[in-house]
Amino acid sequence: MAAVTERETRVWQGKVESRALIAGEGPPLVFFHGAMGLNWDPFLDTLAESFTVYAPEHPGTTPGLPDAIKPIDNLWDLVLSYYEVFDELGLENPAVVGHSFGGMVAAEVAATNPSRVSKLALIDPVGLWRDDAPVKNWMATAPQDLGPLLFADPTGPAAMMMATPPPDPETGIQMALRTTWSLACTGKFVWPIPDKGLKKRLHRITAPTLILWGEQDGLIPPVYAGEFEQAIPNARIALIPGAGHLPQMEQLEQTASAVTGFLGG
Amino acid sequence: MKISMFHLMPHRELPDDFEERYHSVWVDPPFHELATAERVGDYYNWTLDELMHAADLGFDGICVNEHHQNAYGFMPGPNVMGGALARATRGQDVALVQMGATLPTTNPPIRIAEEYAMLDCISGGRLVAGMPLGTAMDANMGYGITPIEQRERYYEAHDLILKAWESREPFPFNGKYTQLPMVNLWPRPIQQPRPPIWVPGMGSLSTWEFAAEQGHCYCFLSYFGHARGKAVMDSFWEFMESKGKEPNPYRAGFLQLVAVSETDAQAEKDYEKHVKYFFEKCLHIAPEFTPPGHQDYRSLENSMRRMLSEQTSMRDQLSEWSYKDYVDNQFVISGGPASVRDQLENLIKSLRVGNLMLLLQIGSMPHELTMKNIELMATEVLPHIRHHWTDEWENHWWPESLRGGRRMNAEAADIAAVAGGS
Repeated sequence: MAAVTERETRVWQGKVESRALIAGEGPPLVFFHGAMGLNWDPFLDTLAESFTVYAPEHPGTTPGLPDAIKPIDNLWDLVLSYYEVFDELGLENPAVVGHSFGGMVAAEVAATNPSRVSKLALIDPVGLWRDDAPVKNWMATAPQDLGPLLFADPTGPAAMMMATPPPDPETGIQMALRTTWSLACTGKFVWPIPDKGLKKRLHRITAPTLILWGEQDGLIPPVYAGEFEQAIPNARIALIPGAGHLPQMEQLEQTASAVTGFLGG
Repeated sequence: MKISMFHLMPHRELPDDFEERYHSVWVDPPFHELATAERVGDYYNWTLDELMHAADLGFDGICVNEHHQNAYGFMPGPNVMGGALARATRGQDVALVQMGATLPTTNPPIRIAEEYAMLDCISGGRLVAGMPLGTAMDANMGYGITPIEQRERYYEAHDLILKAWESREPFPFNGKYTQLPMVNLWPRPIQQPRPPIWVPGMGSLSTWEFAAEQGHCYCFLSYFGHARGKAVMDSFWEFMESKGKEPNPYRAGFLQLVAVSETDAQAEKDYEKHVKYFFEKCLHIAPEFTPPGHQDYRSLENSMRRMLSEQTSMRDQLSEWSYKDYVDNQFVISGGPASVRDQLENLIKSLRVGNLMLLLQIGSMPHELTMKNIELMATEVLPHIRHHWTDEWENHWWPESLRGGRRMNAEAADIAAVAGGS
């Protein structure tokens, strides 16, 4: 496992304090996490073998800093604040990888100022909407119903790992609190329908783009892979069999090698 | 005391197996499987008739509220009901307690300033202006309000409404959620500078802080009765003391389910199935319809710790309860007049509450039985409990013209006499 260091970031006129986890060696890679919060997992370890991985936490999701979400009013603020995070971390135009909600953020960052993103990999991103294939409302889904949405195999090891509470109740509370508050903070930018106009901006992306999708994603149906591919000028799709919404957990090797292969690691 | 009748306007005829067959009473119950518009018309008219009956029989106030996509209460426009009631009670000294129009979901929020001012004008200055934050089911699920923004929207809407009522000159309003070039309210309320404001809540500290800062009446709206409400209200009074606020009982409101019959035994016969219907069907609410962010961080942490310390959820406990359990635990005050009087006396003193709201139409309770409950309450109970606090404290949170006791008109007194003798 890579040695992970923490780096405090302070942007938006000093009003937004957050944290980035950093590990690895090689060209810079920014990873934007999904709605449930940042979890340094084997996928990021694998990326860190080929890249210097910078994983910033979305405002408000860092433990101990729940109010950092308050000065960021909307998606426009969020995107601009991330260029300031890039500046703080000394990143001119890194490769950017985003998962789910983080995929939407990655696409927005790449579309708003295309010169700041060299290559882009989106893993099961939110951000588009089709009435005939609505994205499930993950913020209003009972925990027991989430398994089949997130995993190709809801009884497999990845699903079991997520469903097993930690033995210590206090740790359990801290984890539940962190997950719930991460959902609350990221929800600020997607509620009630995760379509905030990205479709009108995707054409601006200049970075070569890989669109990865778990073939059995029950949360965001894989038809959306085609929607992203059509809208982004230089994009291709890689479907991951045997994976749902979290291919980096359920099919680690396939997902990691697809990403590193594409990014040239 | 000021004692009002509260109404939720529920579906009164949900199927017996509702809670097994359907996912939730709120947000996603299918209308066309469960109701017809014609029958719903009956419910609305019964609701209005029941509230008007309470007004005729001497209750101090009549309350309606706002919910959306909810089979246990579907007055999405409380001011539509309020308009009918303001007109129907013209000339009576009964307060219209609108509990009320929900601030974060009414846009622009001056709509509430306007409609409340209309109600105050039509009623001759009898409005109590309830200002709810709204539940997650109403605001987030029903009306699409972003959960983490709901409270901030509430504060901004509150400030706008008060300024719209109180400002003598037109003003621009540059809010985060509402921008208006020239606010110049027509009409203005009769009550100056503004009607009394009640803030309903479920026990969160943020709402107490707000009520204390603003000097509004805080109303604890719980369906779980005064025995459970005591811990919350004790903390409320401690909090008010810590803020240097005088312990005026009228600073607080409380909702209580009440069912009166001729005797305790008759009460069980009359009300058992309606009480069970209320707790088993009306409170069959899917927890996932409270999305993350509806609670602020501090409240979230408190409730997670509380959930861990409770072995089983309230919902699981209640599925086992009988009528006797609900009565013994005082979720419902139900019985003959003497029992109900004793328990309400106890509630008033132990919770130190000056503004009491009574839910007298409970769940499936049919119209005739509801009218009986209202009559027995008005004639056998009200006269014995309404004197509390009257001599010691001024109710600053009640329309000024109605702060004395109700003077019943001759016709209403006749009805009360007949009802009492029946």
